[in-house]
Amino acid sequence: LGGSCANLLLSHSQITRLYSRFTSLDKGENGTLSREDFQRIPELAINPLGDRIINAFFPEGEDQVNFRGFMRTLAHFRPIEDNEKSKNPTASEPLNSRTNKLLFAFRLYDLDRDDKISRDELLQVLRMMVGVNISDEQLGSIADRTIQEADTNGDNSISFNEFIKASFVLTLHTLL
Amino acid sequence: MAWFTFPADNLLCRCLGISITVWFTLLFVFIIMPAVLGVSFGIRSFYMRTLLKIFEWATLRMELGAKEKNQELYKPYTNGIIAKEPPSSLQQEIQELRGSANSLRSEPEFEMADIFYFCRRGVESIVDDEVTKRFSAQELKSWNLLTRSNYNFRHISLRLTVLWGLGILIRYGVLLPLRLRSYLSEKVHLMCYRICVRALTAIITYHNRENKPKNGGICVANHTTPIDVIILANDGCYSLVGQVHGGLMGMVQRAMVKSSSHIWFERSEVKDRHLVAKRLGDHVADKTKQPILVFPEGTCINNTSVMMFKKGSFEIGCTVYPVAIKYDPRFGDAFWNSSKFGMVSYLLRMMSSWAIVCSVWYLPPMNREEGEDAVQFANRVKAAIAAQGGLVDLIWDGGLKRAKVKDVFKEEQQKLYSKVLVGDSEDQMEDKRSEDGTPEGDESSKDPAEGQ
Repeated sequence: LGGSCANLLLSHSQITRLYSRFTSLDKGENGTLSREDFQRIPELAINPLGDRIINAFFPEGEDQVNFRGFMRTLAHFRPIEDNEKSKNPTASEPLNSRTNKLLFAFRLYDLDRDDKISRDELLQVLRMMVGVNISDEQLGSIADRTIQEADTNGDNSISFNEFIKASFVLTLHTLL
Repeated sequence: MAWFTFPADNLLCRCLGISITVWFTLLFVFIIMPAVLGVSFGIRSFYMRTLLKIFEWATLRMELGAKEKNQELYKPYTNGIIAKEPPSSLQQEIQELRGSANSLRSEPEFEMADIFYFCRRGVESIVDDEVTKRFSAQELKSWNLLTRSNYNFRHISLRLTVLWGLGILIRYGVLLPLRLRSYLSEKVHLMCYRICVRALTAIITYHNRENKPKNGGICVANHTTPIDVIILANDGCYSLVGQVHGGLMGMVQRAMVKSSSHIWFERSEVKDRHLVAKRLGDHVADKTKQPILVFPEGTCINNTSVMMFKKGSFEIGCTVYPVAIKYDPRFGDAFWNSSKFGMVSYLLRMMSSWAIVCSVWYLPPMNREEGEDAVQFANRVKAAIAAQGGLVDLIWDGGLKRAKVKDVFKEEQQKLYSKVLVGDSEDQMEDKRSEDGTPEGDESSKDPAEGQ
């Protein structure tokens, strides 16, 4: 585990903390987490996008995630520290840079992994976030308008670059 | 037949005989007599102070050891995985996310980046959430020489290991047999409890005894372990309410009914709230009967927080005497994780810890006020108990230990977000009233205790 730790830039105590969290979630005690294990967290279960977020932990087509995968996904969200950037400028982009966080969010939309958010995919996520409180037509028009504003190359879907530009305001905030 | 005995044998027998006699005398003098008379020798406080000094020393050694290896000691409360934002309302956070420029637009607005709000909250709750950690033992800052409460146990130094070994010897060799002997004795009510208390080396500090519950009232307390009962009963007589259990607990329950009036329910009856309420009401109305002891959380919580109180006991309309119980986790973790340990293994753990140290605060009696419904009353009592005991006041239901959270709460979140998208001026007033700060605030207005 030592080698990959250096890549993920998590400190020893952070890893210990995550491991302790991993084992407390792992009710079956078999060293992997299933989707049900995540669902047991009440705050996650009431999150409208909970299922998609849980999905992000599981590699393609698999039902179990081990600790390495768990750590890898969570490492995206570690706060960026300035002293790290100057330490090794030639190293490949650290996992928790802003781009990677944006990619994480992009993949929440882009279910079929074709690197484009289609109108349908956008609608699906919108529907998850609002539940039954907004009509189909209104939701449809919101989706249409969003694509119109973000789509610059006219292919009626949003690519990753277009997504980054649309979230431009976000990259200025330290919330990321 | 000639019995061929060594002189040494004789000596051995005699020594054994003497030591057993001495032991029993000590037992009698130091444990049973004071229990009967209700007198304390002050030995236990001395024991406690010594233990504390030893623990501090042990932790210091561990920290030094870790520093030598150039690693940080695992402290359970380090943050730094995610810079967790203080909870603010959904609307506020999304506004911040979008930047203030957009708030001037009046049509329904959606930003692709809104997803980040949910993303962030979701991942934060995966790394750490407020609820699931209440159902497992609390993590300690310093080590109390019990392997069971330490994640960091390593061969740090010879001295520490020797101390730990000694600790095991004492705990299993001396304290445990002593306690077993004491535990299996008499059934006389108060004396029995006092013996139990001494058997567990429980050092209990009672505060504000003038507020002790009186007849015809209900005593409510936060629940950590079945030992709560022993601790409270040590200082007064109560009638207990609870489900009929099988096995060891069932035997104990039946034995108790013989000495005073307790209210035990069949599991099927628990579902019928009116029947429960009626029986409680009858008991309370009879002023000669002892106060009822109720644990409204419904399940054991790990003593770092107080979870949602079920409103049943608060509907009866009599005086409520709140009691806060706080265990000192340094001497032994009293929390009973019923999904992990059975009763017997739990008792064994209890008896082989160092001691059980706790504080009990009797709070001034409360009554339901005009215009307050049962849920609000329950929350008010809960807040008072949490404040006194230094515990976190949570709105979440203790039943989440075993059951899944209801979909209705997800729908709340969805509703809130839709308001952000579509909200216009006539919804603004409603927003201000219904949104209570954090999304969890909305749940208190629903009935999370429904069906319980």
